[in-house]
Amino acid sequence: MSKDHAEHSRMSCEEVIAHLFAYLDDEADPEKRSYIERHLEECRACFSRAEFEKSLRAKVSQLGDKEAPATLRQRVKSLLDQF
Amino acid sequence: MTEDSDRAFFRAEVERLMDRLYGTALRLTRNPADAEDLVSEAVTKAWANFAQLADRQAFPKWLFRILTNTFVSDRRRARHEVTESLIDDDGEETFSLFEKLHQPFLLWWSNPEQELINKLLREDLEKALDHLAEEYRTVVVLVEINGHSYAEAAEILAIPVGTVRSRLNRARSRLQRALWKHAQVTGLLAGKRNKEHVHE
Repeated sequence: MSKDHAEHSRMSCEEVIAHLFAYLDDEADPEKRSYIERHLEECRACFSRAEFEKSLRAKVSQLGDKEAPATLRQRVKSLLDQF
Repeated sequence: MTEDSDRAFFRAEVERLMDRLYGTALRLTRNPADAEDLVSEAVTKAWANFAQLADRQAFPKWLFRILTNTFVSDRRRARHEVTESLIDDDGEETFSLFEKLHQPFLLWWSNPEQELINKLLREDLEKALDHLAEEYRTVVVLVEINGHSYAEAAEILAIPVGTVRSRLNRARSRLQRALWKHAQVTGLLAGKRNKEHVHE
């Protein structure tokens, strides 16, 4: 464990990393969420890890946005006109 | 609401969400023509069931749910099985890009993880995601791209929540491994490849 990985009263670095994705996915229960947030405020190494995963997650989430081709827009418009 | 206002609302929302619908469909199908078919099919189904939607605020999530459901059912029907088997999962180690970037020689450089995040292009991520097996790709699309909860993803895919969690973990691990390999091959972490030989 590095110097940055100081002991935190409620949750260890290993536990925080194990629950990090659930936390970023907003799936951690309120108690765990609060422990993780407190830990991230105090632990630079885990904070850096969380920021990295958050940034990567944000980049992936942007992949769901892609300019629809004109052919699709026209096709859907024709559908909508029939409804 | 009158039928005309229903229609106007539906049309406006579909048009507003069109790029996201196409983007999501493209990530699921990995093929522009199939993505167009999927969006058209989902819009048709959505209109047919629109009267059942009580909360108009929930329209975007409801529509994306229909889109993914349609994809999943079509794939099940067509039995387009994945190119990569889940059976080979046992014993696969979890891969962390952050830990790889925190190898001592990379820390000579001020902030390798931020450097990589800044340099990763959309097409790098698209390629890495598209290479994932369908089971993995679908949970990433549901949770990370469409913002569904684990429980919602489980319901859409008809699998237990624990399976969503484990597939998501595996998907992220494989995605990060692919990005690490890509960074090595393309020299995204500029200059480092010549200084140190990078081992996975």
